[in-house]
Amino acid sequence: MFHKILIANRGEIACRVIDSCRRMGVATVAVYSDADRGARHVAMADEAVHLGGAAPADSYLKGDAIIAAARATGAQAIHPGYGFLSENPGFVDAVEAAGLVFIGPSARAIRAMGLKDAAKKLMEEAGVPVVPGYHGADQDPTHLAAEAGRIGYPVLIKAVAGGGGKGMRRVDDLKDFADALASAQSEARNAFGNPDVLIEKYVLQPRHIEVQVFGDGHRAVHLFERDCSLQRRHQKVIEEAPAPGMTPEIRKVMGAAAVRAAEAIGYKGAGTIEFIVDGTGGLRADGFWFMEMNTRLQVEHPVTEAITGVDLVEWQLRVASGEPLPARQEDLQIHGHAFEARLYAEDVPAGFLPATGTLAHLQFPEVARIETGVRQGDTISPWYDPMIAKIVTHAPTRAIALRALESALVDAEVAGSVTNLDFLIALTRHEGFRAGEVDTGLIGRDLDDLVAAAEPDPRTRALAVVGLAGLHDPRVRGGATLWQPLRRTIAWEGGEAVLEVLGSGAARVTLDGQPHEVRWQGDRWWVDAALRRNRIVSHDAGVSVFGGRTVHLTPLDPLARDTGAAGGDALTLSPMPGLVKSVHVEAGQAVKAGDRLAVLEAMKMEHSLTAARDGVVAEVLAAAGDQVEAGAPLIRLEEEEPA
Amino acid sequence: MKLKSQALTGSDAFRANREAHLALLATAREAAEAVLAGGGPRAMERHVSRGKMPPRERVANLLDPGSPFLEIGVTAAHGMYDGDAPGAGVIAGIGRVHGQDVMVVANDATVKGGTYYPMTVKKHLRAQEIAEQCHLPCVYLVDSGGANLPNQDEVFPDRDHFGRIFFNQAQMSAKGIPQIAVVMGSCTAGGAYVPAMSDVTIIVRNQGTIFLAGPPLVKAATGEVVTAEDLGGGDVHTRLSGVADYLAEDDAHALAQARRAIANLNRRMPETVVWQSPEAPAYDPEDILGVVPADLRTPYDIREVIARVVDGSRFDEFKARFGETLITGFAHIEGCPVGIVANNGVLFSEAAQKGAHFIELCSQRGTPLIFLQNITGFMVGRKYENEGIARHGAKMVTAVATTSVPKITMLVGGSFGAGNYGMSGRAYSPRFLWTWPNSRISVMGGEQAAGVLATVRRDGIERKGGTWSPEEEAEFKRPTIEMFDRQSHPLYASARLWDDGIVDPRKTRDVLALSLRASLNAPIAPTRFGVFRM
Repeated sequence: MFHKILIANRGEIACRVIDSCRRMGVATVAVYSDADRGARHVAMADEAVHLGGAAPADSYLKGDAIIAAARATGAQAIHPGYGFLSENPGFVDAVEAAGLVFIGPSARAIRAMGLKDAAKKLMEEAGVPVVPGYHGADQDPTHLAAEAGRIGYPVLIKAVAGGGGKGMRRVDDLKDFADALASAQSEARNAFGNPDVLIEKYVLQPRHIEVQVFGDGHRAVHLFERDCSLQRRHQKVIEEAPAPGMTPEIRKVMGAAAVRAAEAIGYKGAGTIEFIVDGTGGLRADGFWFMEMNTRLQVEHPVTEAITGVDLVEWQLRVASGEPLPARQEDLQIHGHAFEARLYAEDVPAGFLPATGTLAHLQFPEVARIETGVRQGDTISPWYDPMIAKIVTHAPTRAIALRALESALVDAEVAGSVTNLDFLIALTRHEGFRAGEVDTGLIGRDLDDLVAAAEPDPRTRALAVVGLAGLHDPRVRGGATLWQPLRRTIAWEGGEAVLEVLGSGAARVTLDGQPHEVRWQGDRWWVDAALRRNRIVSHDAGVSVFGGRTVHLTPLDPLARDTGAAGGDALTLSPMPGLVKSVHVEAGQAVKAGDRLAVLEAMKMEHSLTAARDGVVAEVLAAAGDQVEAGAPLIRLEEEEPA
Repeated sequence: MKLKSQALTGSDAFRANREAHLALLATAREAAEAVLAGGGPRAMERHVSRGKMPPRERVANLLDPGSPFLEIGVTAAHGMYDGDAPGAGVIAGIGRVHGQDVMVVANDATVKGGTYYPMTVKKHLRAQEIAEQCHLPCVYLVDSGGANLPNQDEVFPDRDHFGRIFFNQAQMSAKGIPQIAVVMGSCTAGGAYVPAMSDVTIIVRNQGTIFLAGPPLVKAATGEVVTAEDLGGGDVHTRLSGVADYLAEDDAHALAQARRAIANLNRRMPETVVWQSPEAPAYDPEDILGVVPADLRTPYDIREVIARVVDGSRFDEFKARFGETLITGFAHIEGCPVGIVANNGVLFSEAAQKGAHFIELCSQRGTPLIFLQNITGFMVGRKYENEGIARHGAKMVTAVATTSVPKITMLVGGSFGAGNYGMSGRAYSPRFLWTWPNSRISVMGGEQAAGVLATVRRDGIERKGGTWSPEEEAEFKRPTIEMFDRQSHPLYASARLWDDGIVDPRKTRDVLALSLRASLNAPIAPTRFGVFRM
């Protein structure tokens, strides 16, 4: 076993690898960019080496610098994590050339799987089912129709040179084929100057099911499947293992195919065989097809770890250090069900735009496994993937594991950036998902409802107002008056409400003219007589209400008001008797607040006179060399247009 | 020891008492809520249309969001000045700013332009008196046209008139009690001295004005034509005159500046009493309405009230077996240790001696005193006069008058005659004096007063050989009874600031706790009693 390894990555995966290393007594070296100087993975590692600038190209993609760091620190091997250099065969070669071990597959295996068409061919040869299709040069319509019949309807006609859906037609029946082909060809000719098409099986209600494989270069085992069908624009959102509806028979067939695939390329380490699966009417042994192989540890590997009890990083290190496969296929079993949700800093209503921010508050429930690369106070920078954490739950059944995921998400607390937390919660409550009816189109179909269900409601807002007023602090809950409660305004960035404290732990919050009664009773919040699971937390960035439909309010500083300069701010007056040393502006010149207008020499000191506001100089009333009295006007700005 | 209530909460008497108290409370509430509306919707609309915050919202936005507000003199001037001055046109009370107790005095410009009626002056001075006694920083939210001219004879010349406001400001400032003014409207003539005499003054641009004479008077006097803003607006006073220190853009900004000024006071409460963790009473304060008879003449055990006011309903009764018509003992209210002196019948010599003894104890220990006053007076008659009840009563009155521990008095029933003195009536300067809606206050009962007058009258008639029929006597007594009835009513009393306000009996504990806390902003001086007539 290695005594020291370097982790050529950042964020949660670097932390994840360090966790396993620590359990195994392996020392760790972290690398970091300028942006990650204080990052969690750096703090966790035994040593850390600075790579360069924040941009990945200046740091985490600098293979040479990483290899140099490994040699300088005496690390024997490099763990690439995922992303960055993890599937770069050139890097693997360089690592090995430097006399170090790359914890992952050979460069040859990566190359073999890197080219999608070649990989498909390779898999076909190994007896792994691939999506049936016709990619031939014979473009005779009769021939194409025959091929379509062989593939089986529905089929997809695609332009060979295609893209963007142009020249693409779905055909459900032979009688429509000729017309569809003609229009696809004509569209392809117009768009790409090439009318050639290919034909593929059209997979209805496709599901994304992948099989975790692990090889030692000779043999391979599979660690069962994961279902990653919950995707938004090909981004996985929630993954689970095992796949809903999977039977032992089909699992055996898929697993065997995956092992064949891995062994066909002499795969070493952790890898994933991705399949597209026909989701109509239950899983079938002839209803899955090879898509591609990921030659690395996947983001969603924890769900597999949860149900198999295997530490995949430990296996990676053991196999990389020369041990044979740690388990035989028959040793591996599925225990229960696991989910993983990916918590991102992203603006869901704005179309899932990546977000940034400093995590003013960050807390996760202890019941879930949390994989994270950030701590409270850390910053989500624009340089890297905005993932905050992966939340993993494991339970004896799918239903319980999903409830546990929902609960863990409801109990998670993130402030300082917008997140997809409430969207994830809404997803865990989706009826189809609950029933296990998943396919890659689920999120897209119900996106509007899911986003709406994640939006803050007025009652949660009312709680946030109570928080902004500081009334969630048990020492404050008071507000006694003799007759009627006082009415005061609570303002925040973007809104305000009227607050009346009704007594200890009770308040009326009027939002948009609508009153809401908030009450603290039995250690819980109640809004309009309904029990709430929300928590109010105040932090550096304001106040947040957690527990679904998260609300963040940023307080306004009531003192941050521009009182402008004393008096009419159009005139700059001499503050004392003195000599005008110099004048730095002329009539018609535009100036900004704070710009130097003139210098006055008085009491043996030079005083810079600056513009009180932005504006245009209307008149210069004094010249250099003038002796002026206190209060003498020196510069006049043009009157401001009334706003 | 925990008190054990004998109340039967389901009984007819309980229900009847409760109904009667609720009716009395409704009257008081109606009067109080009328005041909350200030000078009425039209005046309020005009006020707000000028960009000003309603006066009560000014107070609310000055205070911490969860702050209590112990308002004094809510129904001041009730039924006076033809109803022209609800609340006497000024809001006053104690609230918290950054956790610091402060006295807020806010002119209500919706009431006759915030001008000072005689009761306005009295209320302002009362607020200052409390502030001075309790060492509470004062925040004046000024928006007033000055003295109410038609009433100038009752506002300007005397000792406790307008000028006393500035005298108090100077005195308090000298004692290190901060004086902060926020000029949110007019401050004309004498009123100009409120900001000018303050330690720190904030003024709102294009809204607050300070001048000794306004533009009309200037024009009349010198012919100079000048706008109010140029004469004494915020810009002028923060830039040229130095009368004000901070310029604010509007009310909200000014209040934020005032909050900042208080945050910078560098004060904390002195160490006085040993606080305990607060604990709710074991008996629901709500039931006070049922356990206290609505008719003052029906005797009841005051311990039923104490049990619904003090922490855990625990009461260490002192000298329980002696002078039983006066209950004395130690308890805590919201964690604050207190000595309670409460009437349980007419005062006899023993009760008065016991009271004096107990007050001495509390004074020596620095324990604040709570008086629950329900007293028809000291016992009368030959036996009692001869044994020297006046001497014993004097001991109690001396003790009450000269103790320097904070005294807080709650009128929970009758307040008649010398009993009022012995039980820390207004003349004995309790830090606060509150009253229940069922209370009555007068030199003696109306019946008794009419009886005294009737006896004198009958003697006169009969001396001249005349006769006086019972009907004639009843007719003679009626106006006196009616007058006493009217004048002893808590709304009549509160209107004249004989007390600090009417309190919902169910809020007794809250009000006492807030009064105690406010009082304990001042250190407790050692007591030096007067000569006790032994």
